[in-house]
Amino acid sequence: MNEVIRLVIYLVAIIAFAALNAAYLVWVERKGAGHIQRRIGPKEVGPYGLLQPLADGAKLMSKQILIPRGVDVPLFMIAPVLAMVPAIMSFVTIPFSETLVARDINIGLLMIFAFASVNIMALLLGGWASRNKYAVISATRAVSQNVSYEIPMLITVITIVMISGSMNLNEIVMQQTNILKWYIWPWTGNFLGPISFLLFFTCSLAETNRAPFDLGEAESELIAGFHTEYAGMGFGMFFMGEYANIVIGCSLITILFLGGWQCPFGLFPGIHWFLIKLYALCWTFVWIRWTYPRTTLWGLLNLSWKYLIPISLVNLILTAGLLKVM
Amino acid sequence: MNPTLLSPEGLSGLVFLGLVAVTICGAVIATAAKRLIRCLTGLVACFMGVAGLYYYLGSPFVAMMQLLIYVGAIAIVIAFGIMLAEPDEAKLVKKKSGLSGVLSLIAGSAVAWGLAVAALRADWMSPAVKLNDGSVRDVGMSLLTTYSMVFELVSVVLLVAILGSLALARTGRDKE
Repeated sequence: MNEVIRLVIYLVAIIAFAALNAAYLVWVERKGAGHIQRRIGPKEVGPYGLLQPLADGAKLMSKQILIPRGVDVPLFMIAPVLAMVPAIMSFVTIPFSETLVARDINIGLLMIFAFASVNIMALLLGGWASRNKYAVISATRAVSQNVSYEIPMLITVITIVMISGSMNLNEIVMQQTNILKWYIWPWTGNFLGPISFLLFFTCSLAETNRAPFDLGEAESELIAGFHTEYAGMGFGMFFMGEYANIVIGCSLITILFLGGWQCPFGLFPGIHWFLIKLYALCWTFVWIRWTYPRTTLWGLLNLSWKYLIPISLVNLILTAGLLKVM
Repeated sequence: MNPTLLSPEGLSGLVFLGLVAVTICGAVIATAAKRLIRCLTGLVACFMGVAGLYYYLGSPFVAMMQLLIYVGAIAIVIAFGIMLAEPDEAKLVKKKSGLSGVLSLIAGSAVAWGLAVAALRADWMSPAVKLNDGSVRDVGMSLLTTYSMVFELVSVVLLVAILGSLALARTGRDKE
């Protein structure tokens, strides 16, 4: 019974964490975009616009959920839920600190990728059910992008699994006790470590549909992409799912390459180190979005199939060879 | 004494029943819905229910692979197939006549009866003598040692499928 209560508490905390992150990452995004473009961003609601996310949330929740004529109603309603739930489920296995993890299962890494693949289904159904040309184009784009970037991402993850010998996220973190043992460095297992990191980082940008890979919701061509027809909280759920996915992507990078909750100097490990690394990466995501222009769809798919997949395969074979020799 | 609803046994029973319900509802939607895309959604729900059952039965690895492969890859490919094929209006599944319904009911119950009889009469090994616990390590070991031949044959099947689709796509391009 205690286990059940513990899980319920964790689930509530995870949902609150995901929602809070979504709200305040939007604020960071708007502020960051503002300052990068030499304006100030939101400033009216609260000091430095800090209460803006609350106002936005209240607005979204009080809006009517419009259902346009001709949409496939059940699928139209299911899609936002499908976008949100897998993202929340993925948080279950993420170790925020040595003991602060909802479910410490030994295939946590695999579980996150399994749920990430359900997310693709949500984009596809949402776009298709909307009965809107832009939404359908966007859905096919987003899905082809997600499917092609999943391959180099998974291959890169396999190299880390081979080096660490575990799919338990907490165990992977425990092996990287100080900054010299992080898997990003070339001397920990494979001299292509930094390239693995770059591959994984690029793929997570693409998997979370972030600029410069945000072909799925290219505003200048496709209005708002697959969530064009969603109003109020339907749109809000897609948005929350998207930002939750960003947080999960950054958490994974932190865990796999940057030592998770371990302190760089081996002192006082804990959740604070995890959060520092996580938000530094999230900020990098925002920074990249407002620095680089959008790529083309061909450029995007070519990058994956012609460069990232061959490089990741070479990386995998090299890692296997090096592990066998050493 | 019967386990109460909030005891661990009661809760796990509830979870099991919920998963079975998801699986069966998904399967019914997959076969009975009129729009192909809804059939696909039912199929996805069915896959998820089955993945949940695997998890419930203590093999999380198989459950995750079920999600990753069936929902993440196969269902997506089917969805692409539906989208590329025809506009939505043309894809309503036609209603069959009553006779075929009766016939399929008879055929279906015959198969179900046969399976049930086979399952009940089979000499199942008891849980105590099972060889391993279905963990990642055991699955990996047996795939690369005992069942390596089967594993390689499956990859040959996939290779043939890829070659076949390439051949089909190639002739399709020549026709234009």
